[in-house]
Amino acid sequence: MDSVPSSRVPPAVQTANVCRYYPMGGGIIRAVDGISLTIERGEFVALLGQSGSGKSTLLNLLAGLDRPSSGSVTVQGRDLAKMSSEELAAYRRNDVGMVFQAFHLIPSMTITENVELPMRFAEVDRAERGQRVRESLEQVGLGKRLEHRPSELSGGEQQRVSLARALANRPSLLLADEPTGNLDSRTGEDILNLIRDLSLSLGMTVVMVTHERALAERFAQRLVFLGDGKLLSQEALA
Amino acid sequence: MKGYDLFELAVRNLRQSKLRNGLTTVGISVGVASLVAMLSLGVGLQQLATRRLAGSGMFDTVFVTSKQDFRGFDREDDQKTEHPENAPVLDEPARDAMTHLQYVTEVEPEIRVMGEIVSGGQTHFGFVTGLPMSARENEAFDNLQGKFFSGPSAEEVILLNDFAKEIDPKDPKELIGQEVTLRYGERQALAPDSESAGRPQLAGTPGGGSNSASGDDFGFSVVRKTQKLKVVGIIEEEPYGGMRTVSRGRIFLPVDLTEKLNMAQFTDMRSSLRGGGGKTYMTLTVRVKDPGKVAQVQDAINKMGFRTFSVLDATKSLRRFFTVLDLFLGIFGSLALAVATLAIINTLVMAVLERRREIGVMKAIGASDRDVKRLFFAEAGAMGFFGGVLGIALGFAIGKAINVGTGIYLHRHQLPSEAVWILPPWLIGAAIAFSIVVSLLAGLYPASRAAKLDPVQTLKYE
Repeated sequence: MDSVPSSRVPPAVQTANVCRYYPMGGGIIRAVDGISLTIERGEFVALLGQSGSGKSTLLNLLAGLDRPSSGSVTVQGRDLAKMSSEELAAYRRNDVGMVFQAFHLIPSMTITENVELPMRFAEVDRAERGQRVRESLEQVGLGKRLEHRPSELSGGEQQRVSLARALANRPSLLLADEPTGNLDSRTGEDILNLIRDLSLSLGMTVVMVTHERALAERFAQRLVFLGDGKLLSQEALA
Repeated sequence: MKGYDLFELAVRNLRQSKLRNGLTTVGISVGVASLVAMLSLGVGLQQLATRRLAGSGMFDTVFVTSKQDFRGFDREDDQKTEHPENAPVLDEPARDAMTHLQYVTEVEPEIRVMGEIVSGGQTHFGFVTGLPMSARENEAFDNLQGKFFSGPSAEEVILLNDFAKEIDPKDPKELIGQEVTLRYGERQALAPDSESAGRPQLAGTPGGGSNSASGDDFGFSVVRKTQKLKVVGIIEEEPYGGMRTVSRGRIFLPVDLTEKLNMAQFTDMRSSLRGGGGKTYMTLTVRVKDPGKVAQVQDAINKMGFRTFSVLDATKSLRRFFTVLDLFLGIFGSLALAVATLAIINTLVMAVLERRREIGVMKAIGASDRDVKRLFFAEAGAMGFFGGVLGIALGFAIGKAINVGTGIYLHRHQLPSEAVWILPPWLIGAAIAFSIVVSLLAGLYPASRAAKLDPVQTLKYE
């Protein structure tokens, strides 16, 4: 166990021997198999690995979308494994922002409405929402075509909207699952630049799943390599 | 999630698949419409029946007589009454007591006297009947020509059409508004010392010469009087008047006026035999607020020692019949709504399948299971609400059509048209509420299915 000795400020994320098994056919798939990992506040960490290495499952565990089969996931001192589903929803709503490879914007809603949606769940006052939507969209560099539908936007723009949506409730943790996977390399770089800048300016912790090592090396502060559900190695970058 | 956000999202989602949700909503509305049409038909028929019964005046009236008089209506009762001569008489205090019974709206004496109408130098004989103001509601006045009495003691008269024809064979309607003279006999009580009072004695009046014969002298004289009356209306048939003791009334006066005129009645003979000097009535007509309370009022009057007569509570079995009818109509109406319920379930289950991804996204960005469940509930409820409103409109149209249809049918059979279909306000509210409740129940399964969706599964990149 290489658990970091507790400092005065608890780490942003800490997993202790966390496992996630799925029954499959007659056997069991060990998607995440005893990973212990500590991520400090404001850190930008990239999770790397082949497909099926368990990096997305780990990300879902950090997001509170999935529950560990054993072990614990502690975010800012709170153990997600012990939370009720209502509490997990509140955690996702208030503390976490998520960005996906497929953007996952709601096609029937305009850009503004998509960004507003998490605030509806968080019961933010109607009067305040407009202001915060504009704020989030400014942060990702979108000021035009706000009443358009996602399908009328380019991939890069859609990912910016998705990022703005993730920022809407001012989370402390941003989880990105292959955020550049659907973008050409230049647009992908723009998005990662944006994520890094936001992380620095807002003091936001970022965990990004990717399989593009070159990109990860350019933007992340630490690389974590996974294989077969296990933590293979870590590499801190300057 | 706050209520207005929930509603907004629900309506937005419904508008996403307009055709499917529209068809489902129309399905609900057809269900609600059939329920509403059926139930309001039941309500309409019931009201029609009640209206007809109340209009006849038969079912809300109790006729009261003293057991001293008129024996023979009910033999068993007569035999039980051991000393009919001791039974109470229908005098002013008794009338007053009946007026104060619960559910009694009015107590009027039955007045039926002989009189003559003098018009254009001709005299026409007929029976004069006093009518209370409440008689306006009687169905006999449905096709009243002219107007009803302006007040309970107005100096006005309404004539039976046959009688009016007798007076003015060419155009009886001409009589309305004209003044006629009523000639009648006024009852004048004789004081024991009437001779010293110097009252003029008319030849041939009962009691005229006998009052001084003994110490038990009581009596009255009948004096010919005239009264000017304005003809205000003409009716086709006499209102239901109960005992029909002597003959058809053909001349109708406001009852208070007849009392004021102190007209001599046949029964005055009876009361003169009885002695005592007080005014008594042969028959009192007690009107009851609600036909359902007739038995109760009748009971109370029987306890006072009088004989009563009423058309027995026919309304009770009538009401039972309508309860059963309403039940059947309701079941028929509900069938379509049951089918609509299945349509809601189907539509929402489809929506859950279609929106798996969307539900996953919502959960990922912070929607709780409860939020998702409530959202689907709200969608079901909104369909129920819109379906209910649309259904009321549709049901209203169907009902109007039923009314027009029966109107044409009745017209063909020379009958006055009747509203057989009535939509009471409570049914509007109840139908919409019912539609929403049914839709919410239909939404239970799809909503919980949506809430249980695993976001990890739904968000897997395909």
